[in-house]
Amino acid sequence: MQATFRIRRFNPESESLASYDQDYVLETQPSDTVLDGLIKIRESIDESLTLRCSCRGSICGSCGMRINGEATLACKTKVISMIADGGTLHIEPMKNMPVIKDLVTDMEGFWEKIRKVQPWLQPKGPEPKGEYVASSESMGHLTGVMGCIMCGVCVSDCTVLEVDRNFLGPAALAKSYRFVADPRDGNAKTRLFALNTPGGMWDCTRCMECVEVCPKGVGAMDRIMALRAKGMEQHVPSTCGSRHAEVFADIIRQKGVLDEPMLAVRTFGLGNIPQLLSFIPTMIQAFKRGKVPKIGIFHRAIPGIRSIQRIFREMRKSR
Amino acid sequence: MKYAFFPGCVSKGGCPELYQSIMHVYPKLGIELEEMTTASCTGAGVLQEKDQKLGDVLNARTFALAEQRGLPIMTICSTCQGVMSQANLRLKLDPKYLAEVNHVLAEERLTYRGTTNIRHFVWILLEDVGEQAIQQAVTRPLTGLRAAPFYGCYLQRPTEALGFDEQPSRAQSLETVIRLLGAEVVDFPGKSQCCGLPILTINERNSLMMVANHTSDAKNHGADVMVTPCPLCHLNLDGMQSKAENQQSTTINLPVLHLPQLLGLAMGLDSKSLGLHRNLVSPGSVLEKVGVEF
Repeated sequence: MQATFRIRRFNPESESLASYDQDYVLETQPSDTVLDGLIKIRESIDESLTLRCSCRGSICGSCGMRINGEATLACKTKVISMIADGGTLHIEPMKNMPVIKDLVTDMEGFWEKIRKVQPWLQPKGPEPKGEYVASSESMGHLTGVMGCIMCGVCVSDCTVLEVDRNFLGPAALAKSYRFVADPRDGNAKTRLFALNTPGGMWDCTRCMECVEVCPKGVGAMDRIMALRAKGMEQHVPSTCGSRHAEVFADIIRQKGVLDEPMLAVRTFGLGNIPQLLSFIPTMIQAFKRGKVPKIGIFHRAIPGIRSIQRIFREMRKSR
Repeated sequence: MKYAFFPGCVSKGGCPELYQSIMHVYPKLGIELEEMTTASCTGAGVLQEKDQKLGDVLNARTFALAEQRGLPIMTICSTCQGVMSQANLRLKLDPKYLAEVNHVLAEERLTYRGTTNIRHFVWILLEDVGEQAIQQAVTRPLTGLRAAPFYGCYLQRPTEALGFDEQPSRAQSLETVIRLLGAEVVDFPGKSQCCGLPILTINERNSLMMVANHTSDAKNHGADVMVTPCPLCHLNLDGMQSKAENQQSTTINLPVLHLPQLLGLAMGLDSKSLGLHRNLVSPGSVLEKVGVEF
């Protein structure tokens, strides 16, 4: 079938430093991946096209790029799965990292964040005579996260990194979880305390972009949520992040449904006067428009709250 | 077309205009609703950070209550929909887990058999009400109005839980409805991204930057209005837009409507019935464009 590859080009050595789209029309086979097409272009149409690739089998993680608006591996994406005969594929470099040339991005920032979470085992106590033994049961849940091939696809489409380059990002946080949850690691608490800081585990919006685009099913956001749960279990110092989850659960236990103003007040803490005051203009604007959500004693529990409270008690007992 | 109606906390709290507008709109579409007054919050993904199983038990209770009535559930919130869809998938995929959850519900003489279908209003519009009936209900086509869709993460991901494979039209449901109402769709990259609300109290700067980016991006693409099926997105995109403008030292002023508000306008309802006076960014320019008194 015929396909147009519309590729975002950028050459740092050209006079104009603007990126531009260039179309290449080629015949593709039903078995062709997007990477096959790109290699065909480079070998027979335009040798200046620059891309990074190696294994062609979703193992090395080199060919991460955005195809039709979503980051993925070019070697794992069949042309036929993306467009009909005569259609156009939009191919761009990954986002949230500088572009070196065409489809090649600078991954240094990615690696720096991976290094920051100290991605190696840090056992405590005396060294065993043989190897560190861990049961299959205690390691089984880590197989998914250990499947990360560091392709950068999740980082490319992370919505928080778009607005804040200091955020550790899904790949580094998932990598951190891999060690926090490893029974052989003795440093989980220190790791969790380090993640309990701005740019760490509480800054994720839970948008699930990283879960959706990951070519290996790592489920980075789910790992970040698991880090938060472990952080609360380990009593990391209270922050707006941990208070938000704790208070949310407490309000549901008391009322069955959410008391939004109370959630905000208790999350910030009554001592956080500047933060509370900063919302007053918005609240006044809302009150003027007749938006007056009930708060505290005025916000009544749902009928059937006893059932909800019983469920909370039962679940606490079972933990 | 009868449903167990799950209004969600925000339509009864921070966005009363959503509840008000859906109450005026649904009878005109041949829909019947029985409100679930004893159902709890879904947990919104936040409760699940602390204890996912607790969230699943609470949601299974809601599903069982609907199952008892023999009704599918209708939601009007992307977050409620997504969280319940994910919980339902976990319960359906793992009979052992479902049995554990049912064990907790047993004291209330409730059992969830895994048969409850949970769907957002925007899906029901296309899958049950149908395009023809929607078009018939339109008495005031929104001709000339340029509307940017904003879905809310939970109505877009994860696709497995949301049934996109079985119902591929769900991925573009908002655009389809906008067109059926006679308005023009303004496509922009942020439509499926995060509104920023989940981190408003955690990292306000980032949250407000998301608001500013999405609303100004939609406006720069030519939108007169943004429309969302998620009241949580509305809380940030409408409610915090002015704060986001201050932070970014810019003027955006893009009205953000709940989906039933846009539908109601096309169905000839007046602005007061739709609670449009409650939106914080004034929808005056939108009403002027479609010829409705504000």
